[in-house]
Amino acid sequence: MTATLDAPARDRVRPRRPLRTLSITDKIALAIMVGVPTLVQLLLVWLPALASIGLSFTRWNGIDLDRIEPAGLANYDYIVSLYPPFWPAVAHNVIWLLFLAGIATPLGLLLAVLLDGKLAGSRIYQSVFFVPVMISLALTGVIWQLFYQRDNGLLNNVLGTAGTPAAIDWFGDPDVNLLAAMVAATWRHAGYVMILYLAGLKGVDPALREAAAIDGANGWQTFFRVVFPAMRPINIIIVVITIIECLRAFDIVYVINRGTNGLELLGALVVQNLVGEGQVIGIGSALAVILLVVSLGPIIFYLTRAFGRED
Amino acid sequence: MATTARTIRPRWGTHLFLLTMSVMWLAPLLWAAYTALRPYGSTQRLGYFSVGGEYNLDNFARAWTQSGFLTYLTNSVIIVVPTVFFTLALSSMMAYAVTRVRWALSIPLLIAFTAGNLLPPQVLAAPLFAIFKNLRLPYWFSDSGSLLNTYISVIIVNLAFQVGFCTFVLANYMKALSPDLTEAALVDGAGVWRRYWSIVLPLCRPALAALATLEIIFIYNDFFWPLLFITSGDRLPVTTAIKNLQGQFFSDYNLLAAGALITLIPTLIVYLLLQRHFVAGLTLGSSKG
Repeated sequence: MTATLDAPARDRVRPRRPLRTLSITDKIALAIMVGVPTLVQLLLVWLPALASIGLSFTRWNGIDLDRIEPAGLANYDYIVSLYPPFWPAVAHNVIWLLFLAGIATPLGLLLAVLLDGKLAGSRIYQSVFFVPVMISLALTGVIWQLFYQRDNGLLNNVLGTAGTPAAIDWFGDPDVNLLAAMVAATWRHAGYVMILYLAGLKGVDPALREAAAIDGANGWQTFFRVVFPAMRPINIIIVVITIIECLRAFDIVYVINRGTNGLELLGALVVQNLVGEGQVIGIGSALAVILLVVSLGPIIFYLTRAFGRED
Repeated sequence: MATTARTIRPRWGTHLFLLTMSVMWLAPLLWAAYTALRPYGSTQRLGYFSVGGEYNLDNFARAWTQSGFLTYLTNSVIIVVPTVFFTLALSSMMAYAVTRVRWALSIPLLIAFTAGNLLPPQVLAAPLFAIFKNLRLPYWFSDSGSLLNTYISVIIVNLAFQVGFCTFVLANYMKALSPDLTEAALVDGAGVWRRYWSIVLPLCRPALAALATLEIIFIYNDFFWPLLFITSGDRLPVTTAIKNLQGQFFSDYNLLAAGALITLIPTLIVYLLLQRHFVAGLTLGSSKG
């Protein structure tokens, strides 16, 4: 996004109009134009984000506002040392990230590179890989559940294990369900990455490839030494998306089994502590804050690159 | 040399790989479609992995009539339309104000908006839930007496989340527009609002179309906020309601498959009608999944 739009913009933007030269009506118009979106953003995004930090240091049943008690670091202490699903969730989030970064993202890049040339039927292939991008992760979970079913699903039937003791309950068996869920997530993620890279590849100056060819570079060398580095802005976006998607991962495991039994993820643990009978707002908030702190890394990384050269 | 080699070389390996991948990619969807087309009775008799028996659309009809898909899809429309409209309205105003006026806070605000969209929604969940639950509202406005279990709760949170993203994209787009366009209007005495509404906004039409398409699909696909805020099943949008169907008809995979496909159809229609805009939107701004 910044890639395609920022670069020419920077050269063309002239000094913008200073505020003091504006008339009263203009100032009122601007106040509304800035004020309403900013208020919405402050009240519904930043205030809750800060309140999460506050609530994470309290004990509260979520019902009576006057019964919030300070708890210090007790929630964090409990999560780290006693809360059983926490460390599995951390491990699963790391595995999720490694899987997306090591398999799903490179697969999307590979598809984009293969489909970028003058390949017959490229558009048809693109559409096929792109369909899952339009499907919500929740629905992806449902569709793959039909596919993964123990006795009635396609996979076990194709493997010939359906109806036998060897049949695997892909979403139910804690030994394999994380892998099964990550494959389903890859179904969507790879298509997404493919589309972004297809756009990125179109933006690479053909002269670069020609120059590399004249210098005697082969296809692989041209790609890894010239084309891939030239797509740096897209690469940054892909890295950020991959990490953020991993931290947000929730829908698919929640649809499968609410994020339990081998599918614990930080994003799902937050929700488990907020809804349902045992509302423990402090624990849920502390988990959310842990998620927030981890997210700040990629967010800041992205922002410094997107806004780094602004005045 | 390398480029000619690339085009001349027979691509059988590439095609074989892509064909294999395509089959794997389509298999879950085709399987769902095949399951949905068969009556429950046939699959009980012959097994799900079989050929034969009847094929008809009864499961779709059952999902529509018995499982309330009409209600869920209506709920989705009630949530998606205002969210997308207000998101674009507010973000285009904000983007205009931060790109066309020199002001100390414009870049920090833009950064705050962009960062807000990148936060995991879970981070905001507990306080928003508590605020919505404890906000006393008259019963004529909300039958829960609070913002919980109202469409508005989902609409405003989605709005707030998406405004950051759309502002970022539109600001980039507006920066690329030549300042000369508004200079002329300024000389003619057009105020801020007029320059925004009559000059800049029409020029942003391609970006607005792309964002609208993208946002329709994002909001329609949102699972998280309705799950958190909407407590009565008949108010859920379809993406979140599919979870209930899954529990309700635990072993009737034919009905579940039909429900999944019904849920998918609106996104497919939007995509087919607005394909160009959708892909443009994804590549215009891509920080959101």
